[in-house]
Amino acid sequence: MAKIKMTKKATSIDMTAMCDVAFLLLTFFILTATAKVPEPITVDTPSSTNQHKLPTDSLVLVTVGSGKENVFFDIKGRDIRVKTLELMAAKYQLSFTDKQIEQFRLMEGFGVPIGELAAIIDMKSDQRNKEGQQKGIPFDSINNQLKDWIYTARQANIELNGASAVELHFAIKGDAKLEYPKIRKIMDIYQDQKINSFDLVTGLRGKDY
Amino acid sequence: MAELDTGGGGGGKGGKVRSKKSNAKVDLTAMVDLAFLLITFFMLTTSLSKPQSMNLGLPDKKTDDTPDVDIKVDERRTMTIVMGENNNLQWYMGLLETPKAGPKADSYGKKGIRVELLKQVQAVPQITGDPKKGLIVIIKPTKKSSYRNLVDVLDEMAICGVEIYAIVNEITPAELKLVTPKTP
Repeated sequence: MAKIKMTKKATSIDMTAMCDVAFLLLTFFILTATAKVPEPITVDTPSSTNQHKLPTDSLVLVTVGSGKENVFFDIKGRDIRVKTLELMAAKYQLSFTDKQIEQFRLMEGFGVPIGELAAIIDMKSDQRNKEGQQKGIPFDSINNQLKDWIYTARQANIELNGASAVELHFAIKGDAKLEYPKIRKIMDIYQDQKINSFDLVTGLRGKDY
Repeated sequence: MAELDTGGGGGGKGGKVRSKKSNAKVDLTAMVDLAFLLITFFMLTTSLSKPQSMNLGLPDKKTDDTPDVDIKVDERRTMTIVMGENNNLQWYMGLLETPKAGPKADSYGKKGIRVELLKQVQAVPQITGDPKKGLIVIIKPTKKSSYRNLVDVLDEMAICGVEIYAIVNEITPAELKLVTPKTP
């Protein structure tokens, strides 16, 4: 009767709980994920103690890199982006194929003169975002395409949403090492169109600053 | 438990068939591996933190046909910050010709300009005798100053609670001389 039996413990561990946790986390990350988009230029933004978050939709973002003429333009909001391209194409008498327009819908910021835009759209995204591939949008007084892009974006917003459309948000993302006059130039382009309120994109600074 | 009960339901034929008694254990290891792989992927590709932004409202640009309106501002209320190159800054209270305090070189951050700003934010309403008439800060970035400096100063405004401030682009030669490093 009282025979001690050496119980053979199974070496396999019960994985159910672990599996549950893993999938819970997985679900969380999938739901909160907004895919990181590769940026054509890396910008080291200055930091501030400001807690205000940058709006994510209907935003016009001008990114200013530390290079010589690196100015990039981006519109968050795919419908407005496509509409802007159509209006810009009409303005500069260029034509884009349907495929290019569809590709542009998914494309994040770009920084080329509009004449070279078609070539950039046709590239694969890893090629496109290679450093030095995109030279920046011209914004000097002779050929101010940046101004046209901003203006057209607003026009597109109104055409899409009617006259009662909510005004777009505007932001400048500048490199911390930039000299002030360059930022000033971008601000002036905004202000020339009576956009007097815009956001400066900053990183978050530590608490004890 | 991670066991799939496959033994039940075999009640037919007089219950004599007892061949399927043992529970088939499903090995979850591969599934967990996969789940963690995906978690890792999503964690690395997610940008959880949205970038911060600082809202900046600038005054309407004047077109040429509107007449200039001079608004008289009490000189005791104004503090001018001139930003130079290499993170230098100079500040003074009042007018540069007859300054109430300064001009004095200072640095950015907690131990720098903030000390003075906090002091003036307290002091100015007492001087003017009206709590509504607080400090006015005039920010003058020179051509050599960096964007980081501008954001730093704007940030100080928010930290110190300066309600009225303006970015002014007209720099007098005298002010420029303040921040230009002296040639030895």
